Amino acid sequence: MPDALVAQDLRKHYGPTWALKGVDLRIGEGELVGLLGPNGAGKSTFVKIVCGLVRPSGGSFAVSGSFGYLAELFRFPDWLSADEVLVLHQKLAGSSGGARERADLLELVGLTEFSERRVAAMSKGMQQRLGIAQAMIGDPRLLLLDEPTSALDPAGRRTVRELLETLRSRGVAVLLNSHLLSEIELVCDRVAIIARGELVAAGTPDELSRSGGVEVDTGRGTRQFPRATREDIPAIVRELVEAGDDVYEIRLVRSTLEDTYLEVVGGR
Amino acid sequence: MRGAWIIAGFALRESLRKRVFVVVALLTVAFLGLYALGTWQISQESGQWAPDDGIEGDVIAGATLLGLSMFATLFLGAILAVFLTLSAVRGDAERGLLQPMIVRPLSRGTFLLGRYIAAASVCAAYVIAVFLAAVVITNAFIGWWPDRLLVPALELGAAVAVIAALALAGSVVLSSTANGIAVFMIFGAGLTAGLLGQIAEPEALNSETLENVSRTASWILPFEALYLSALSAVTADTVGFTRFAINLGPFGGAESFGVLLGPFVLAYVATIGAAALWAFKRRDL
Repeated sequence: MPDALVAQDLRKHYGPTWALKGVDLRIGEGELVGLLGPNGAGKSTFVKIVCGLVRPSGGSFAVSGSFGYLAELFRFPDWLSADEVLVLHQKLAGSSGGARERADLLELVGLTEFSERRVAAMSKGMQQRLGIAQAMIGDPRLLLLDEPTSALDPAGRRTVRELLETLRSRGVAVLLNSHLLSEIELVCDRVAIIARGELVAAGTPDELSRSGGVEVDTGRGTRQFPRATREDIPAIVRELVEAGDDVYEIRLVRSTLEDTYLEVVGGR
Repeated sequence: MRGAWIIAGFALRESLRKRVFVVVALLTVAFLGLYALGTWQISQESGQWAPDDGIEGDVIAGATLLGLSMFATLFLGAILAVFLTLSAVRGDAERGLLQPMIVRPLSRGTFLLGRYIAAASVCAAYVIAVFLAAVVITNAFIGWWPDRLLVPALELGAAVAVIAALALAGSVVLSSTANGIAVFMIFGAGLTAGLLGQIAEPEALNSETLENVSRTASWILPFEALYLSALSAVTADTVGFTRFAINLGPFGGAESFGVLLGPFVLAYVATIGAAALWAFKRRDL
């Protein structure tokens, strides 16, 4: 099965300003990839290029199969009901899912009882959930979500997280563009960090949460071994005991994704 | 093409829900009511129109009133065309309404075509209906039928279809307000061209230069050429002193633009559409 998305050397400039300076990214079948970066880093531009909303200045990309998209800033016609929004997008997407698909999607995003409610009467969070349902019409192979939880309360965010887990289990690839590191860390298989239009780091959350050494509480206080890894712990303990220290506790120190993020984007 | 019909259906429903039609319907009822009242008032003076010296009073009154009503009909049609299209692209993109639709397997050309089908068909049907209503009112009170019925009706319909094309193309590059202003200014420029043609007539300034300016401007803005051609068709068979008297009214600038007008309008709308699509394809949303 080919990758759901392959982007190579993707570039975009607006006049003299480069929004993307050559980004490579692959998203495999059913893979959940988080796209992180500060405001203006080029994340939304990347997603919009893949959707066809923005023309790239260079590079190439290929999407295998259909995709769904939820824009960061979007609105649905406020005179349509939730169900009518989905009907319109079913028609546009050529989906034959009918009422069953709409009911399933509304249930998935927790809007079953609001199917006849007009968009004008929906809260921002409900509209966001409707937007996610809309993006999933036609059973897309790739879902591009640009800040899908920006207007959601904690319960809504949890719903989206559970939704993403469900999608992964169904083999749907997801590119999740978000500012919320904790969210990305919780659900994503891989993380890509973009800063100043460049991909500055990529890997699994574990790979990006690098080892920060080992701390050992001994009878003579806390000893730090900043270059040590998990594999070094038995030798460290043996040395300390042979030297006459009492060992009470050992901790593997890890830098968080946030530490890595701030480091690579130049936040500190 | 299926996508274009979906978008056209959506645009029509949007117009109904936004009550654009309600506003236009109210304006239309007010216009036709006042037109009927005015026509009735004129008909009360019919005793003074007894054929005398070759002047056919009912023809002059009927044609003059219908000519004025055609101007109002075109204006109402232009309002409808502008309000149906002024924010179709850039305005909706700025509000975030366009993006969810345009990422579907729907080309930008299909989207534009759908919006145009909706706007042009509604506007054309509207002006044809209002024109025919005015014709019936005129006949009911004055007892006069225009010399041609189908041709002027179709030409008025085509005129608003041209305005809809200009407004839709404008929506690609201009914000809603700017587009509305620009299209009404273009509409005004067309009317001015017609007025120039009217005062260039032998009965007025008799200026060949002004006539050329008017004719050229009417080709550049063919909704005006269609309007003048429709006016011309209404009294196509009227001659003599009655013709002279009619020319003193709104029919002064009326003229036929020949058989090439139809193909030219088709090519014009296609060119506007191609230019709009070219700009739309280059627009980042």
